[in-house]
Amino acid sequence: MDMSKQIGTVMLMKSKDFLAWFDDWFGRIMKKGVIGRGLDVLLTDFWTWARVNSIYPLHFGIMCCALEMGAASASRFDAQRLGVIYRSTPRQCDLLLVNGPVSKKLRPDLRRLYDQMAEPKWVIAMGECAISGGPFWQSYSIVQGVDKFIPVDVYIPGCPVRPEAMLEGFMKLQDKIRATKKGVLTEERV
Amino acid sequence: MESSSNRVEPVGKKELSQLVSGFERKLERELPLSIGPDLTEIAVKREGLVSARCNKESILKLARLLRDKYGFEHLSLISAVDWRDRFELVYHVRSYANYCMMEIKVPVPKDDLEVYSVTSIWKGANWHEREAYDMMGIVFKGHPDLRRILLPEDVKYFPLRKDFQLTEED
Amino acid sequence: MAEMWINMGPQHPMTHGLWNLRIKVDGEVITDAMPEIGYLHRGMEKIFENKTYVQIGPLTDRLCYGSSFTWNHLYCMTVEKLMGLEIPERAKWIRVMAIELQRIASHLMWLAAYAADLGLLTGFVWAMRDREIFLDLLQALSGSRLTYNYARIGGVAADLPPDFERDCLRAVDYFERKLKEHENLYNGSKIFKMRTVGIGILKREEAINLGVTGPTLRGSNAKIDIRKDQPYEVYDEIDFEVACHTDCDCWARYIVRMTEMKESCKIIRQTLQKMPKGPVRVKTPMLAPSGDAIGVVEDPRGEGMMYLIGDGTDRPYRLKVRSPLFVTLSAAKPMLLGYKVADVVAIMGSIDVCMGETDR
Repeated sequence: MDMSKQIGTVMLMKSKDFLAWFDDWFGRIMKKGVIGRGLDVLLTDFWTWARVNSIYPLHFGIMCCALEMGAASASRFDAQRLGVIYRSTPRQCDLLLVNGPVSKKLRPDLRRLYDQMAEPKWVIAMGECAISGGPFWQSYSIVQGVDKFIPVDVYIPGCPVRPEAMLEGFMKLQDKIRATKKGVLTEERV
Repeated sequence: MESSSNRVEPVGKKELSQLVSGFERKLERELPLSIGPDLTEIAVKREGLVSARCNKESILKLARLLRDKYGFEHLSLISAVDWRDRFELVYHVRSYANYCMMEIKVPVPKDDLEVYSVTSIWKGANWHEREAYDMMGIVFKGHPDLRRILLPEDVKYFPLRKDFQLTEED
Repeated sequence: MAEMWINMGPQHPMTHGLWNLRIKVDGEVITDAMPEIGYLHRGMEKIFENKTYVQIGPLTDRLCYGSSFTWNHLYCMTVEKLMGLEIPERAKWIRVMAIELQRIASHLMWLAAYAADLGLLTGFVWAMRDREIFLDLLQALSGSRLTYNYARIGGVAADLPPDFERDCLRAVDYFERKLKEHENLYNGSKIFKMRTVGIGILKREEAINLGVTGPTLRGSNAKIDIRKDQPYEVYDEIDFEVACHTDCDCWARYIVRMTEMKESCKIIRQTLQKMPKGPVRVKTPMLAPSGDAIGVVEDPRGEGMMYLIGDGTDRPYRLKVRSPLFVTLSAAKPMLLGYKVADVVAIMGSIDVCMGETDR
């Protein structure tokens, strides 16, 4: 039978084929099966609490709103009480804060940064320049809004965005994550 | 040679006018004799600013003379202007020791866009000339690395020309 | 050893803005360097040709957002020279005071970023805390924390708010005491000294020939400051010293900026004492005459300049901006050769990069 042949040959498999075989079986049991759905009902609240309180943005500053991002992580406004710690590499982040105008030279690099982040990931468009091009909307070298090539979750208006507004933007993102309630294993709504 | 090594210490504005007016008058007298008919319209605009117009064939000779004989050691700015019938390059050079700035306008005809580069004289001209090429399309002969600096490499247009219009594009 | 090119940027914690530094390394030692800019190019000069003189005012703030009042003021000064306007005395003194407040805020932002890069996170938090006080003062003057649009053509937007002199003097007294604590932190840190003394040397003649200006030049043993050489506004009636240091390394640039902050405190006190009473703004014409004008100021990062050509309408024909960092960045290569990869952060941080004005 199909299954016995597979168990028999697992000892002779190469590592790439072994991983594909394992993913296939794990997916059948956990992701689409009863065990997966059961675990999700039990644990989703826990996962959501963990994600909401540890949003890690990327160390990425484009223009003036980046200085307000820096001021928000300093002692007066203190973003770290919300669990926000900046990381330098996109592989370790969940949030991409776009805080300035995106020029045509930067566009492929920003898309590559977004692709390098692992799921689940969110994007905040901070400031007028990221929302729609801002004061430079007429320019020949600006993309009019970052949502033309990256899906955006929260828009924070302002020019520049005050640090209080940025903290409120983070809290809105937290509300959004709580409201989504997606199961980790089955990727379906719980 | 008046260089920055034997410059006077900074003084207030009122004493400056006695010190430097001699230097600007000297420039106004001597430069046309050294450069010849290519240098025209030299004038002292105000205290500390001399302006002149020079043809593009003599720009290297004028630059070398200014740096070596008169102590103009700092190149502040190279601007490119589109006057619809010709281009124009405006050089601003400054002499710290003599508290003087010189403004040199070089017309560049639209059918012959090549000018000598002054990077061999003032190394700070490097990126200014790259920007003039990027924005206006003026080509500098003798530049060590003439390629686009602000726009991506594959862009075909020169944005600061007057025939390039800003449109509301996607 | 294997030689290879490494890209540091455009996304890198060191960059403070978007630029790419390509370095060629032979093991750990740098043998070549090529900065690449243009990721923040917004076409400001083309936009300027399409807007009226009044509409350009808020856009000049976004040229260098670390020290936005200086660019605002430089633009207004250049347009006033073109139009031949004479502004009231009180406006000049208020402008000088705001310029020095902005200079302290800008140098504190540099200090915070530099300390964070070198790993001294206490310095980051202290500098940002003290910067908030100056941002509060500038917010009381203009209404905004970062992009002020306070200097207008013909003077300043509004007079000082009530009790401003008292608050400003209190802030300056507090800051002079705190500056001693900052100095103890950095001068007493052996690691900070090891990472900055003798690193990133740029000799005086080479610096002048490359067009470098500002604290980078003054740290290379050249006592050159536009506020003394070509005084503008009321700088010829104020008594202050030009900061200069003889070693040509990162430590010298750090000392120059700390000294400049102390001198700015002295200047602010003198402006508050000597400010006359009177109006703060004059009416300006809509159209500018034909002709050209240049304005030169001492930006916290070097010599900032604007070259304006008017053609009789209410829009400029050409407005060219000279950014000090555009030239200082091109001088990165002589500062980097021969040092190790870990020194790149210390050297590039010490020239205080702010990409808004470099790319325009």
